[in-house]
Amino acid sequence: MVVSLGFFSRNVMRLKRNINLGKGQTDPITNKPERIKNMLRIALGQSKMVTRPIPGILHLIVYLGFIIINIELIEILIDGIFGTHRVFSSIGGFYGFLIGSFEVFAVLVLIAVIAFWSRRNIIRIKRFSETKMMGWPKLDADLILYFEIILMSLFLLMNATDVEFQNMNNGNVISGYIYPYFSGYSEETLHLFERSFWWSHIIGIFIFLNYLYYSKHLHIILAFPNTYYASLSDMGKLNNMKSVTNEVNIMMGKSSESDVNDDINFGASDVMDLSWLQLLNAYSCTECGRCTSACPANMTGKKLSPRKIMMDTRDRIEEVGNNIDTNGKYINDNKKLLGDYISMEELWACTSCNACVEECPISINPLSIIMDMRRNLVMEDSSAPSELNNMMSNIENNGAPWPYNQQDRLNWNE
Amino acid sequence: MMNDLKIKTIEEFQRDGISPEILFWVGCAGSFDDRAKRITKAFVKILNSANISFGVLGKDESCTGDPAKRAGNEFLFQMQAMTNIEVLNSFEIKTIVTTCPHCFNTLKNEYPDLGGNYKVYHHTQFINKLLEEGRFSIEGGSYKGKKITYHDPCFLGRANNEYNAPRNLIKKIDAELAELKRCKSKALCCGAGGAQMFKESEKGKTEINLERAEEIKENSSKIVATGCPFCNTMLTDGTKSFEKEKQVEVLDIAELIVRAKDL
Repeated sequence: MVVSLGFFSRNVMRLKRNINLGKGQTDPITNKPERIKNMLRIALGQSKMVTRPIPGILHLIVYLGFIIINIELIEILIDGIFGTHRVFSSIGGFYGFLIGSFEVFAVLVLIAVIAFWSRRNIIRIKRFSETKMMGWPKLDADLILYFEIILMSLFLLMNATDVEFQNMNNGNVISGYIYPYFSGYSEETLHLFERSFWWSHIIGIFIFLNYLYYSKHLHIILAFPNTYYASLSDMGKLNNMKSVTNEVNIMMGKSSESDVNDDINFGASDVMDLSWLQLLNAYSCTECGRCTSACPANMTGKKLSPRKIMMDTRDRIEEVGNNIDTNGKYINDNKKLLGDYISMEELWACTSCNACVEECPISINPLSIIMDMRRNLVMEDSSAPSELNNMMSNIENNGAPWPYNQQDRLNWNE
Repeated sequence: MMNDLKIKTIEEFQRDGISPEILFWVGCAGSFDDRAKRITKAFVKILNSANISFGVLGKDESCTGDPAKRAGNEFLFQMQAMTNIEVLNSFEIKTIVTTCPHCFNTLKNEYPDLGGNYKVYHHTQFINKLLEEGRFSIEGGSYKGKKITYHDPCFLGRANNEYNAPRNLIKKIDAELAELKRCKSKALCCGAGGAQMFKESEKGKTEINLERAEEIKENSSKIVATGCPFCNTMLTDGTKSFEKEKQVEVLDIAELIVRAKDL
């Protein structure tokens, strides 16, 4: 347990350091009551999950099961530490009700998890089969499901082989039906079974806890800060870059040069140029692909996939993090998020329609990363598609995206 | 009867020593695009018929900077924004109404940080306000009982959460609203946003406006209402793909009202 928690806190520190590779958030964290409300509604209350009812309800079952069965984990831990046996059972009838509902939930979770597995492996829902999802992401998703199947089964088996618990006949609503299958064994053997299931269950949970950092399953924790820190503005608002405001003020004679920082990189070409919130977004992503399935560019066959933007960002943070771990500080590896992970073709396909932002069940904003990278392409690299350069020079020269004279603005009435 | 429109610039108002109730921000499409000019005129007819005192900036109006911002050129955007804000503030503008959701979004959400604070309305919101205040009325008209579908512009709907104002106006003309399969917060983009209007799209298996057109084709109505000059262009082009099988007309909500009331 100490090893497991030690390892876990090491990963938490690592996560914190990696997220802090990002820049400071541009908007101050204001309106805390509203943020807490969002967190309770979206993360705790799962309000955006159920917009797609089938996966929404299945997820709700697994989520509730996870929370409820964790109450039982408290007892398991206390028993483990103090050598007690079912320390809470003294509360009587209510204990039976609790364990009974845990057992029912365990079965419901098993059913839901098998349904999830089938959606990925038998029905093969389209949004799970993108190229980026091959390899580790696919294995990760399946492993989580196998983990859950094992943990739930161990919980039921542990109860079924607990003779004392079965004799209480209080709360063994499911395990009571499994118990007879073990009737051929002596009480000692059963006790051995029960202990090994108990140990496997608790070790399984500690393994799972430490698996989180490497997995999309990290969302079970990060969904909370992610929904808390998500923007409260209308989705249409794209942030105004303060660094640019400074420069424009100087150009327009409203400010002196003194407050300008020379080494500003406009927009983002790598993860260090993104904000910590965007990096938190990347770690929170569960790779469900709702964003990609709603993306108009993606559904018409363009390369852009908002989920891939988030997954690439996370992959690159990990790469930079490993680089720092190995070298003590970041040593230039001649790689960038822009170019080595995300191509210009993907970025230029976005219509900024906000469908991906609307879809995300935990308020991730892939659009903000796309826009920051476009900013880099245009302001640092001057590599916009030529039609866009024409459009922009029209705006610059005559105040409209088309080559019409500003003096003719009122001619629509002729 | 184009010449019947009563239009005055803010400058003219100022010369007369009065300030109009609203500034009508016409936008680049509304000023220069032939199709969108008809939307501009339709909205002015409504304003005239409700006797609203409004001014336009005329040659003092310039692009809000939205396409530049979304193409990644924050410099150009802020140059445009600050210049526009100087003009708007020098005329002491308080309320702006626009027929373009992109101008609407930028003026409403992105100008305040840069010193431009105005009450900004999309024209469908403003017409609803006039109805509520009893300054304008729509009772049935030539669309009574006809089926009309509505395409949500991303920058009015998802971006600014306005789904009801345009729908309410469709109800007011007594038409039957036949929703598209993907509507409101789940609406599909027309393909023009994020500066896509001004470039070729990336390689893919189809175009976004054609994908949206398929949905319009399956819909039972022959009129597509929308509230954005860019959506209007994209959908007009998109629906041409099936014009032999089904003829549809793409109209702005303002145009529907003008026709319904025969203004």
